[in-house]
Parts: sequence; C-alpha cells; structure tokens
Amino acid sequence: MRGLRAPGWVLAFASLVYFFLHAPLLVLVAFSFNDSKFSAGFEGFTFHWYERLLERSDVLEALKMSLIVGLGSTLVSTVLGTLFALGLSRRKFRGRTALESLVYIPVVTPEIVVGISLLLLFVTLGVELGLPTILVAHIAFNISFVVVVVRARLEGMDRSLEEASLILGADEWTTFWRVTVPQLWPGILSGALLAFIMSFDDFVITSMVSGPGSSTLPIVVYGMVRKNIEPSINAISTIILVLTSIFVFAADRLSNTGGSSSR
Amino acid sequence: MSSSSPSPFRAPASGLVALRRRFFALFRGRPETTAWTLVGPGLSWMLLFFIGPLLLMLFYSFKQRGVYGVVVDGYTIEHYLRFADPLYLGILWRTLKMALSCTIICLLLGYPVAYVIAAGGRFKNLLLFLVVLPFWTSFLVRTFAMIFLMRDTGLINTTLLSLGLIDEPIAMLYTPFAVMAGLVYGFLPFMVLPIYTSLEKLDPSLLEAAEVLGARPVARFLRVTLPLSMPGVAAGSLLVFIPSLGSYLTPDLLGGAKQMMIGNLVQNQFTSARNWPFGSAASFIVMALVLVAVVGFLRKRDAGPGSVL
Repeated sequence: MRGLRAPGWVLAFASLVYFFLHAPLLVLVAFSFNDSKFSAGFEGFTFHWYERLLERSDVLEALKMSLIVGLGSTLVSTVLGTLFALGLSRRKFRGRTALESLVYIPVVTPEIVVGISLLLLFVTLGVELGLPTILVAHIAFNISFVVVVVRARLEGMDRSLEEASLILGADEWTTFWRVTVPQLWPGILSGALLAFIMSFDDFVITSMVSGPGSSTLPIVVYGMVRKNIEPSINAISTIILVLTSIFVFAADRLSNTGGSSSR
Repeated sequence: MSSSSPSPFRAPASGLVALRRRFFALFRGRPETTAWTLVGPGLSWMLLFFIGPLLLMLFYSFKQRGVYGVVVDGYTIEHYLRFADPLYLGILWRTLKMALSCTIICLLLGYPVAYVIAAGGRFKNLLLFLVVLPFWTSFLVRTFAMIFLMRDTGLINTTLLSLGLIDEPIAMLYTPFAVMAGLVYGFLPFMVLPIYTSLEKLDPSLLEAAEVLGARPVARFLRVTLPLSMPGVAAGSLLVFIPSLGSYLTPDLLGGAKQMMIGNLVQNQFTSARNWPFGSAASFIVMALVLVAVVGFLRKRDAGPGSVL
C-alpha cells in the first residue's frame, strides 16, 4: 500500500474545482482575441484590442510606474527583510519574541486598514501623495513577507559553515558574501519574488496613497473595469497574466539552480 | 558569527579591509548588539510606516468629529458606540457571515483537492502548480474574470439564453452569490496548501496499520487521515477567514452598495462620508475581529498535537 488513495468520486470532484479555478481566466484570455465589441459569442480572431491598448498612453505610463514601484520596493524590502531575518536567527535575545510577533502584524492586517492608516499619516504630516508615498507603503508591507520566507530558509541552513569560515581566517564581511549569501540565495530570491508580485499586484493600498499622475497598472485597470471599457480589459488582463507567469517561471528556475532545494 | 577572538589564520590587513575588520570587531562577543543592528533598519521602517500609522488611527478613533469631517479637540468613545446602530450591526453581521461561509465553502472545495494532490503520485508537482498559479495571478484580474462570467451579458447568461434554458438573464452580479463566488475564487489556494502540507506529512504506515487491523476505507479516513490533517485545516481556515473578513475589492466590484462589508464601510468613511474618526473606529473593530481569530487559532494549536504552520 502506498499511503493515500483517492477514490473516483473524489477525483471527479477535485477536477471540477480545478475547472472552477482555471476556466474563468482561460475564458478571459480567449475573449481578448474576440472580434466583437459586445463579446457575446466568439466572432473571429483579432489583435485589435491589443492595438487599442498601445494607443492609450495612460496604460504604458502605468506599466512603467508599476515596474518602478515593484523593482524599487522589492530591492529595499529584500535587503531590510533579509537583514531582519538574519538578526532574528541569532540565538535567543531579549525582545526576540516581541519582534517575531511584530513580523506577523502586516501579514494579518486587512489591506484597506493599512492603506487608510498610511493615508492618515501622510495627510497629518502634510506629505504630497505620489511615487515616494507608494514606495514607502509597499516597502512597509513587503518587509514582513520577505522576513517570513527568508527565515524559513535560514532554519534549514547549516550555520556551522559560517563558524568554519571565521575560524579559517575569513572576516565577517567575506564570510557573509562567500558563505551565508550563497547558502541563503534561494530564500532571498523567493522572498524578492513574493515582494515583487505583491507590489505589482497591489490595488487597495496603492489606491489610497497614490496621487494624480502616479497611477500604477492595477489602478488604471480598476478604472477600466469600472467604466466597462471592453474588450481592452481582457487584453490588458492577458498581458498581466502572461507577464506574471513568465516572472514566476523564471524565478522558479533561478531559485532551483541557486541551491540544492528551493523549498 | 559567535567567535569572540579573531582567527589565528587571519592575514594582517590595511586600508579599507582593516577598517572593515575594526567595524566588525565592535560586534564580536555581543550577540544582542549584533541582532539589534541587523534588525534595526527593517524594524525602524515598520515602526514608522506600519505600526505608527495604526497608532495614529487608534488616536483618531477617539477624537471628536468637526463640521467638515476634520477632527477637533476632545476625546470620545461615541464612534465605537455608533456600532450599536442596526445599520452598522447589519454590516458587521454580514461581514462575519460572509467570512465564515467563505471559509466553510473553501474547506469543502479545498480538502478534496489537497487530498488528490497528496495522493497524486507522479502528477503531484503539476497538480500543486495548478493550484499555486492562480495565487500568483493578479487579484484584480481574477475579480474581473468573475464579472465577465456573471453579468447579464456575460458568458454564463448568454450561453444559457442561446441554449434556451432561460428566457431572460439571471441577475448574478451585485448579489451575495457573486461576492461569495469572488471570495472563494480568490482565497481557495490559501486553504489547499496548508491541508496538502499536513496530508503530505502523514505517515503511510499508520494507514497500513489501520487496514491490517480491519478498518474500512471510510473509517481509515475518518479516524486516521482526517484527525491528522486537522492542523492543516485549522491553518487553512485562518488563512481564508482573515482576508475575507477584511475584504474590500471583492464586495466593491461584485457586490454593489447593498452587499457592503466592513472594509467598504472603512473606505466610505474616509472618502465620501468624510468621517475619519468613525472610519478609524470601524478599522479597529475589524482588527479586533482578526485578533480574536488569530488568538483562538493559536490557543487551539497550542492545545492540540503537532504544529500547524
């Protein structure tokens, strides 16, 4: 006997759930190529809706803004989060339990509360909303996620290699870059990937702390959904789906080559 | 790096390297200083831009409201007391009901999927990937996919109409059904993954023992598999319950005004209603509900066998 066995009706039920998970997105993608404005039935293949997107300067601007915000906040939150995780991984010290609980606060706080509280802060301080406020907000919620992912990797890591390196004459700086970072690399990459996707996807928090002229892609897409601009939304959704899939796939390959196991 | 004296193998250095070594020497034999220095930058950022704003919000929730929604001097608890109003109690109740139902539906849909993945043999990785993929896809795009299917001119209605099964479109969008479908669609992966993890850890020899001792498949499931996967069930339920409690985008796009949840009330108070103190109080009521869920989960976890996350 080989452990769990799934009976036929469970398999059938699970297939239905898989269908429920994937069919809506497949339909969305299919209709981005539909040659009809009132998308009732499929009436022929076209790239027209993609061409229409290229004519919209706000979409391209927003894509650029999303990439800037995503890369910027990922860079900062990955560095701060990795250092934070390394600090937590030291042996017990006063305040560690409190820090560990603190890490989970951003993970459980509803996005709308995060967004509104940051808006309150910026308004109270009289800060103008724009790219800097978006970056500050995204870094603030991303640090925790990086800490959680990197810590998971640190727990399975052999710390005696660092000791060996120090005893054999490398200083802390060299040890960090030549021993700690290579071992930790898959964890750092996974953390960075999670941070980038969270940032690239975020609508709720961004919509609270962005000002005029600093709209990210989700904000423009939200506007399109509200105004029912069709089927251009299908086209932009398809582009977002393809971009994230490529990104997830690439990052997965990268983190698999970086270490013995990625999880 | 806990060695308290420099290594005898270390070569003498000058310039930048020497400076670097003198800097690191400051931390030698001081694990607490090292830890706090590493944690410091991230901690400061989180205190300034996460905890700070929340405390500011807590402060606002006790302030009096001025004429134009701007706060004035003086403190009050009236904003919290306002939740006794049937209108707001109704929103609170609907939020709790939606979050609980969403958790139960996700559990019913997610458990068989997790089970099939765990029993999946060589298809395990593919099946797992297919559950994880939607998790990485934009929440906004997935919500739009729901609109695209469910509105009056959407795919479901047009298909049913052309098949002659219905005479006029079924109103699905802007109903509790639409919000529930959106929430389940959004959070289902959160339920599957922890359950799969705990099923994966299950020792096959226990099932073998049960079989040898004469337990039928149903009994094996109910008395061995299910109890041992409870930590995953609990973790998955928490991971679904918390975001659905605070959901904003799903009821906003799929529900319309009548399906308002507490997240929408918060947003509403800060935009159109311009009542910041009341909006802040509403935020802290959601936070309190989240806290109750987390604490309840942790107490259950610490009481039960095995670890959950």
